[in-house]
Amino acid sequence: MLSLTNRRDRLYALFIWAMALIVAAVPLMMLWDLLYQGVPHISLDFLLHDPIDAGRQGGVRSILISTVWILGVCLVVTLPLGLGCALYLNEFVLPRSRSAHWLGLSLDILSGVPSIIFGLFGYTLFAVYLGMGFSIFSGGLSLACMVLPLFIRTAEQALRACPISYRQAAVALNISHQGFIRQILLPSASDGVAVAIILSTGRALAETAVLIFTAGYVTRLPDSMWDSGRSLSVHIYDLAMNVPGGMDNASATAIVLVALIIVMNSSILFLIKRWKNKIQKT
Amino acid sequence: MRSNFWLFNSLKLAAWLSAAILLLILFFLVNESLPLIQRIGLMRFFTDESWHPLSELYWLVPMLLASFYMAVGAVILATPLGVLVAIFGHYYAPEVLAKFYRALLELLSGIPSVVFGLWGMIVIVPWIVQWMPPGASLLAGIKVLTIMILPLVALTTDAALKRIPITYMSAAIAMGLSRWGTIRRISLPVAFPGILSGVVLQSGRALGETMAVLMVSGNVVQIPSSLFQPVRTLTANIALEMSYAMGEHRLALFCSGLLLLCLTIALVLLASYINRNQHA
Amino acid sequence: MPSTTVVKDKNNDIKTNIKGENMKRVLSLSLISLLWGCSPSHTDKLILTGSSTIAPLAVELAYAFEQLHPEVEIDVQMGGSSRGINDVRLGLSDIGMASRELKPEEQDLQAHTVAYDGITIILNSENPVTKITDEQVIAIYTNQINNWSALGGPDQPITVVNKAEGHSTLELFLHYFKIKNTQVIPDAVIGDNQQGIKTVVGNPWAIAYVSIGTAEYESQHKQPIKLLSLGGIEASTATVKTGVFPLSRPLNFVTASTPSGWAKEFIDFSQSVQAHSLIINQYFIPNDAQ
Repeated sequence: MLSLTNRRDRLYALFIWAMALIVAAVPLMMLWDLLYQGVPHISLDFLLHDPIDAGRQGGVRSILISTVWILGVCLVVTLPLGLGCALYLNEFVLPRSRSAHWLGLSLDILSGVPSIIFGLFGYTLFAVYLGMGFSIFSGGLSLACMVLPLFIRTAEQALRACPISYRQAAVALNISHQGFIRQILLPSASDGVAVAIILSTGRALAETAVLIFTAGYVTRLPDSMWDSGRSLSVHIYDLAMNVPGGMDNASATAIVLVALIIVMNSSILFLIKRWKNKIQKT
Repeated sequence: MRSNFWLFNSLKLAAWLSAAILLLILFFLVNESLPLIQRIGLMRFFTDESWHPLSELYWLVPMLLASFYMAVGAVILATPLGVLVAIFGHYYAPEVLAKFYRALLELLSGIPSVVFGLWGMIVIVPWIVQWMPPGASLLAGIKVLTIMILPLVALTTDAALKRIPITYMSAAIAMGLSRWGTIRRISLPVAFPGILSGVVLQSGRALGETMAVLMVSGNVVQIPSSLFQPVRTLTANIALEMSYAMGEHRLALFCSGLLLLCLTIALVLLASYINRNQHA
Repeated sequence: MPSTTVVKDKNNDIKTNIKGENMKRVLSLSLISLLWGCSPSHTDKLILTGSSTIAPLAVELAYAFEQLHPEVEIDVQMGGSSRGINDVRLGLSDIGMASRELKPEEQDLQAHTVAYDGITIILNSENPVTKITDEQVIAIYTNQINNWSALGGPDQPITVVNKAEGHSTLELFLHYFKIKNTQVIPDAVIGDNQQGIKTVVGNPWAIAYVSIGTAEYESQHKQPIKLLSLGGIEASTATVKTGVFPLSRPLNFVTASTPSGWAKEFIDFSQSVQAHSLIINQYFIPNDAQ
């Protein structure tokens, strides 16, 4: 809606378009290379069979299922805990108070802990100390620890955007705090929270080092969540760096991962939109 | 607003649990590193002559500098580019293109670091070799890290821009401001806290990135005198040597993890200081 | 069709009462799958941890063994040779995988050699140099020679690729050439074999040392690398098999004491003739002494 007013504006516009295209070109090149190497090896069979011959043949069925389970555990923990923390920061804590300051700092610092330290920490806490061993639970919980700062910060920013007029209206109508959060705040922030979920899911799916030490390396379909199961990212790592001749299937697995991300992101957006409509219809 | 006892306390619990994780990790790292620190003291990490843990030499400075340079380099490159891309998506691109761009960025944020590292090894490093061997270098690391953190910087900036109240925009049009003028003088300052929050998170990520830098930055323990020299970051060091480290070597690696955490704390404190001054 | 009724609850808020059938179905389905995933399994389990070099081979051996004995499940985890040895000592795993011989301080444990792996020096195919003597290798790695012209090649700087400290490949290399790691001045340090291969592929003037099996596979699959002979002996899995090649290491399954039960059966299987083809498929050399 802002129109270009003068020649300098047009120049800036040109510059920005050029930058945007260059920046898009690099990852597109990467994705293209990936597709080029991996697509010849993708087939329906690839999704329906378990890996054979150290992953060089067969498929990724068991690995896909393990990944979804690990992600499930991660989200089940991250969502309530993260949303709760974000709500607390937004509703009950003054923006410049000491609690907000320290809580915010600790989240930012947590986001800088190397993934391999999370792996070792997760192993020590969940696998050894809490006795879960190499398992989907260990993996999912460790991932949740890692992903929480990102989720909380993003969700917090989304909540903060709620116009103050909504709050004032709620007080005027004598709506309880709980009601306000459920019926007004969360729906208005739902798009931002959806972004938070998408970013966290993406980060969780992308993690390798954490899962090698917690969810483990086993390629078999896990019988239960107490079992060890390899995730897509660990599988890609193994095929590319550890197994001679695994590069082709590593690319194919990466494409499966990309497809999974697309499916997950679309589902999240769809579900959130539906929830928002439902709440707003009443 | 009338509040609920259960609401307040359950949310408070959630918040403190989240904070507790950091404390647990700190405790974990300190617990693992303490035996070595007690034996040789902290100064050894800065004064030993080299990093050869099997010969009990534990000089961490080159790796500390490498982690720092690489993260700073990546943030310096990714922040303006990411913000520009977000501005593009929000103010310049037609709706369809913007949606596609956003989807592309969300996709990129989910690609494993291994894939980025591999691409860096197969495409970026050989490209640098043609200019200046050995190719695997600080520059390669910075480039790959930039590609990795750019999507998230752009996405968080985009979210921040979306939150700007529409009244500001209407006011700008009413006053006849140019597009770029509006962006520079209204949108960016208003969105600054959101942008900064995203940048801080991503610089944390840049400091903590392990796999990708391991694959492209050469992993030679030295203080770099140019961008083209190979370096080893603290994270790559832990990943490279942890699998085979026993006894004191292992403890030394935990110490380096603790040192990295201190570096992160320093950077986060710096960012919060900047933010506070911005609002003052 | 979800039906909604508007009701006011005790807080005087408008309460939504959604009687969606779909919602209930989704909830109960996820609850069931969560609970199903929560109960632990009931078969015997054998746990192996250790070297990432051996891990893919161990997974193949485990799979084959499980087909013969469905009552047992074998879990293979990575973590490195040292982790493998540590875990088996502390009883955290049943068998440790170590891609090296046991050290003197580890003699309280038992090593069962399942396969062998050789180490070869590789160059890029573009590099015209075809032979390097042992003394020249030492000179290259200690930075006394740093240009290919000194070896009859083009005027290009040598990119020296070394392995990270602690890896058995490095220790074997240093031991054979009788140098210390403090003397080595590398231009790049790598962690896995594949990284070494990709570094040499991407840089025509690099020199590195990697597992023979991996190098053989890659060169046969059109990657532009070549294996150099060592001490006059050609580098190939064949020469390692006959024991003629000087630089080789054992791939060991390590146990805390004499193995029994499933551990014993699995180790016996891995050392038997049945396992030979599986080992060869992973580009290692089977232990013929059994």
